[in-house]
Amino acid sequence: MTRRYSALSLFREGLGGHRGWQPAWRKADPRPAYDAIIVGGGGHGLATAYYLAKNHGITRVAVLERGWVGGGNTGRNTTVVRSNYFYPESVALYDLALRLYEGLSRELNYNIMLSQRGMLIAAHTPMQMEICTRIANAMQLNGVDGALMSAEEAMRRVPLLNRSEDARYRCMGGIWQGRAGVARHDAVAWAYARAASGLGIDIIENCAVTDLLIEGGRVTGVETSRGTIRAERVGLAAAGATPGLAARAGVTLPIHTYALQAFVSEPVKPCLDTVLLYLGTGTYVSQSDKGELVVGGGLDRVPTHGQRGNLPAQETVLSGLLEMFPAFGQLKLLRQWAGVVDVVPDSSPVIGPTAVEGLYLNCGWGTGGFKAIPAGGWLLAHLLARGEHHEISRPFGLDRFVTGRLIDEAAGSGIAH
Amino acid sequence: MQRFQCPFCGLRDETEFHFATEAGKSRPEPAEEVTDAEWAAYLHLNDALKGQAREVWVHLTCGEYFLMTRDTLTREVSGSEALPGRAS
Repeated sequence: MTRRYSALSLFREGLGGHRGWQPAWRKADPRPAYDAIIVGGGGHGLATAYYLAKNHGITRVAVLERGWVGGGNTGRNTTVVRSNYFYPESVALYDLALRLYEGLSRELNYNIMLSQRGMLIAAHTPMQMEICTRIANAMQLNGVDGALMSAEEAMRRVPLLNRSEDARYRCMGGIWQGRAGVARHDAVAWAYARAASGLGIDIIENCAVTDLLIEGGRVTGVETSRGTIRAERVGLAAAGATPGLAARAGVTLPIHTYALQAFVSEPVKPCLDTVLLYLGTGTYVSQSDKGELVVGGGLDRVPTHGQRGNLPAQETVLSGLLEMFPAFGQLKLLRQWAGVVDVVPDSSPVIGPTAVEGLYLNCGWGTGGFKAIPAGGWLLAHLLARGEHHEISRPFGLDRFVTGRLIDEAAGSGIAH
Repeated sequence: MQRFQCPFCGLRDETEFHFATEAGKSRPEPAEEVTDAEWAAYLHLNDALKGQAREVWVHLTCGEYFLMTRDTLTREVSGSEALPGRAS
C-alpha cells in the first residue's frame, strides 16, 4: 500500500497493476465532540484543518462539508495565484499565501501543479500606466516582485494580443509579477484533505450544518444533517453560505453574495504562456495544461445564491476576450459555470472573531479566494488555536467596518468588484 | 437575459437595473447620538440570505428607486412597487 507519492511509488504500483493505491483521505463519520469544527470543506477549510494539526498540534478536528470536498468555489475558480496588491496589509496576506503555495507540493507530497508563468495586468492609457507605476512601486516597497512592463515586451510575451491600430483597448504595457501563475485548483483541495486526514483530522462530506449551538454567548457546537456535534471552537470557511450560517448565531455580516462565472474553451495547442488581465475589459485568461483557455471576468450584477451565471455577464466577459485576442473568436466554449462569492465593501477578506465567543470567520474573499487558500487556512487555524489574531490577519477583522479603517483594494489595485 | 419590472417604465432588461440595498433599513438619528457601531451597521451590514428578499433597486435609465421582492436562489421576481410616497 502506497502512502507516499513519488516516481518510485508510481513505478512500484505500476508493476502491481496499480491495485495498491488507497483513497487519498479517510471518509470519516462524525464523532459526538471535537476540539474544533471547521464548516466548509473547500480549500480554506481544509487548509485550516491541516495547519491546526501541523502548526498547533490540534488534531481532534472535524471539517464539515455539505457536498463534496472542493466542490464549491475551490473547484469553480480560474486557478490564478498572485500577490500583486496595493496596500501593505494585503501584500502581507496574499504573499504569505504565495510563499506557502511555492512550497506546497513538496510539503504536502502532492503535485498541485503550480506554474509560476507570470501575470500581466495590461493598461491602455497613459493615466492607467501611471496607476500601474504606482502599484508596481507599492509592490516593491512591500517587498514582493512587481515591475512595469512595456508595450513592446508585452507584445513579445503574448504574440496573439490584439495589435490592431484601431483596437478599442490597445495594450500599452502594465504591471508584471513573475511569481504569479496558476495551480491545479482541485489538487490544492485534495492535497490539504489528504495531509489533514493523515494527521488524524476527520473530513466529513455530505454533512450540512443546519444550526449553530450557542449557550451563554458562546458557541458549543453545531447541528448537522448527520446529528449534533459539539465543539467549543467553530470556524466558518463557507464563502457564499457564510451569511446564512452566521445568522444562526445572530451575527450579521457586511456581505453581499453574487455569482461569478468562468469559462473554458476547447483545448488548443500552446498559445498563451502567461496570465493576462485587461484593465479595460476586466477579462482575464490563461491556458491550462490541457490546452483549454480558462476565462473569467467581473461579477454578475444581480445578488444571488444560485450557482449559475447570467447572459449579460457572459457577453461582457467574452466580448472582452475577443477584444484582447481576436483570434480566439474561432474557438468554441466547452464549459461555463458559476460560483457564489461573498463580497464585502472594501474587497478585502474578513478574518477574525465574532461577537459570539469561540466563533471565528474566514470569509469575504469575493472573487479572490483561491489564491489565498494557504494564508486563509494558516490564519484561521491561528485564531482557532490561540483565540487571538495572527499579526497578518489583525487588520482584516470585522472591527474595521466600525473603525472605518478599510483596506480598499477595489481602489488600491483595481480588483474586479 | 432576465427582465425586471420598473414600476414606472414596465418590463426592462436586467442590465438597466442596479441593486441598491436591502429594504427595511432606516437611517439612525439624531446624528450626534449615533454610535460608530450603529452607523457601521446601517452602512454595511446585510442579511444576504438565500430565498425571499425585499430589496431597493434603481432603474438606471429613469433614475427611480423602487422596491423589488424576489427569490435570491431562483431569481424569480414576485413583486415590484414604488417606494412609499412615490406614485408610479
